[in-house]
Amino acid sequence: MTIKRVGILGAGKVGITLAGLALNAGYEVRISGSGTVDKIALTIKMLVPGVIAAENDEVVANSDIVILALPLSRYKNIAATLLTDKLVIDAMNYWWETDGIREEVLAPDSTSSEQVQAYFKDSTIVKTFNHMGYHNLQEDARPQGDPRRKALFVTGNDHTAVDDVAHFVDTLGFDQVIHYNIAAGIMTEPGSPLFGASLDYQTLKHTIDHFDQTEFGKKITAAK
Amino acid sequence: MVNVAKLEFGIETFGDIVANEDGSLKSAAESIRQIIYEGKIADQYGINVIGVGEHHRPDYSVSSPETVLAAIAAVTKQIKLATAVTVLSSDDPVRVYERFATLDGLSNGRAQVMLGRGSFTESFPLFGYDLTDYDDLFNEKLELYGQLRQEKPVTWSGKFRAALKNQEVYPKTEHGELETYIGIGGSPESIIRAARSGYKVILAIIGGQADRFKPYLDLYHEAAKQLNMPVYPVAVHSHGFIADNGAEAVEVAFKNIKANFDRIGLTRGWAPMSREQFDNETKVGSFYVGNPETVAQRIARTIDLLDLGRFDLVYGAGNQTAAQRERMIELYATKVIPRVKEILQAKAVAK
Ligand SMILES: NC(=O)c1ccc[n+]([C@@H]2O[C@H](COP(=O)([O-])OP(=O)(O)OC[C@H]3O[C@@H](n4cnc5c(N)ncnc54)[C@H](OP(=O)(O)O)[C@@H]3O)[C@@H](O)[C@H]2O)c1
Repeated sequence: MTIKRVGILGAGKVGITLAGLALNAGYEVRISGSGTVDKIALTIKMLVPGVIAAENDEVVANSDIVILALPLSRYKNIAATLLTDKLVIDAMNYWWETDGIREEVLAPDSTSSEQVQAYFKDSTIVKTFNHMGYHNLQEDARPQGDPRRKALFVTGNDHTAVDDVAHFVDTLGFDQVIHYNIAAGIMTEPGSPLFGASLDYQTLKHTIDHFDQTEFGKKITAAK
Repeated sequence: MVNVAKLEFGIETFGDIVANEDGSLKSAAESIRQIIYEGKIADQYGINVIGVGEHHRPDYSVSSPETVLAAIAAVTKQIKLATAVTVLSSDDPVRVYERFATLDGLSNGRAQVMLGRGSFTESFPLFGYDLTDYDDLFNEKLELYGQLRQEKPVTWSGKFRAALKNQEVYPKTEHGELETYIGIGGSPESIIRAARSGYKVILAIIGGQADRFKPYLDLYHEAAKQLNMPVYPVAVHSHGFIADNGAEAVEVAFKNIKANFDRIGLTRGWAPMSREQFDNETKVGSFYVGNPETVAQRIARTIDLLDLGRFDLVYGAGNQTAAQRERMIELYATKVIPRVKEILQAKAVAK
């Protein structure tokens, strides 16, 4: 699939950062917040001039790929049908500051992206961008081959979708470590040594490959 | 352009527990007394502001910053007395006003309120608030505080506190209003809220390059213009450590700032700080670490880049000894600040 138009739901720290990266990479970019356009128009004009501020429906209708960049506790405010048949990136994590009590947001027996996939059941979800802090996303994006390039973990159940998203991640300035299993997203959730880290390809791959040996990995295995 | 004559410099402590020379830790009570002494020397050296944080955790000694500031007030003459920050969301704006108006009275008008949302959750359950009301709490209390600050009878009602009907609050201040800052982080929403509030702005840069805040400050200016609100020179606060020897400063800072960030990270689920990350922060990021010349160059760059009116260095992170903390304050005041002014002056002339 060729991705030309990028839609971002959530005009906060991560949404705006990704909008800037996508714009620099030559995409047509739309972004929305929870409310009307005028709430975010000035912010978008000043921080990422060239990105189109819109509302959720318009963003989705005009995008080849949609990025969820809103708080995890809020995605159910978006009608599941809005994203029917869409390729969707889940960049969300549980985060206390915005989400409140963990148990109220996440069922304990599955991972966050599995729950997002289950809710948007007619969409194809790929998880990435979630494990790197927004200022690292902004400052560490580099062209292919740059020795200081960092890597992102990309995972989802649909092979083609994961490959398409991996290519998209590449164009935004990051190497990719790829898995084809949405549940593998747990390896980058809060508590993981990868959460909040900005690592090069080798280090990220090594940690992913030996994840069961990390403290967090051991805990997850024990919980199963 | 930066007005060097009007530039202000502050130090801020979050009330970290102080270490003994043998590495053991002092008590919270001893750590509090250390801050009073540091306030006193900071005043003698001519530093403009001291800020004291509010935390409700075992690793910090201060939960009641105005009390600490009141003690500093009694042993100082010039230095302004600020909180860094007052967690308004879980406080009562009436009490906040009363405490600061009292501090302002006893310090001859040196109290400075810094309102923020805080970056810890402990105060919410402690004072009976629900974390899911995070945004609403702050917005509502900010509005009430704004009315109280006018020092006239207040009629107000909201969701989280009993209504006020034509109610006066006391004591009134000598200058008619409390100097107030609003503390913000990196979200665009918070900078627009700050512009709307009409308060001075202090920006916490605790990670990454200062450069990325340039467009945020443009946004602040533009938002203030559209909302018809005043614009003030912005203040920034960031972590730092200064020692006579640069390499030694880096090692002390790495050990302590890392320990501090990692401990917080543990509760948030983020990865421990790597050496690469730390080195990046000290070279081009938000940690001001090194000998006086290195730190002065980096502070001057940030002030110039963001056109600041004030720079506050957060000191004492982790468990530093009293000697390290005091020497840092001395070097900051006697070497770094004059050098920063010199660099900026030279730049101004060149322009
Ligand atoms: N901060 C990071 O470093 C980081 C890094 C990677 C991933 N993440 C994840 O990315 C997500 C966003 O984080 P953030 O830090 O960017 O949060 P943020 O700054 O609070 O921004 C969240 C944005 O989502 C918007 N939003 C809320 N409900 C919405 C809805 N129904 N439709 C459209 N937009 C909606 C909010 O708009 P309103 O203001 O109008 O409510 C706001 O613009 C979170 O899940 C977070 O865990 C964060």
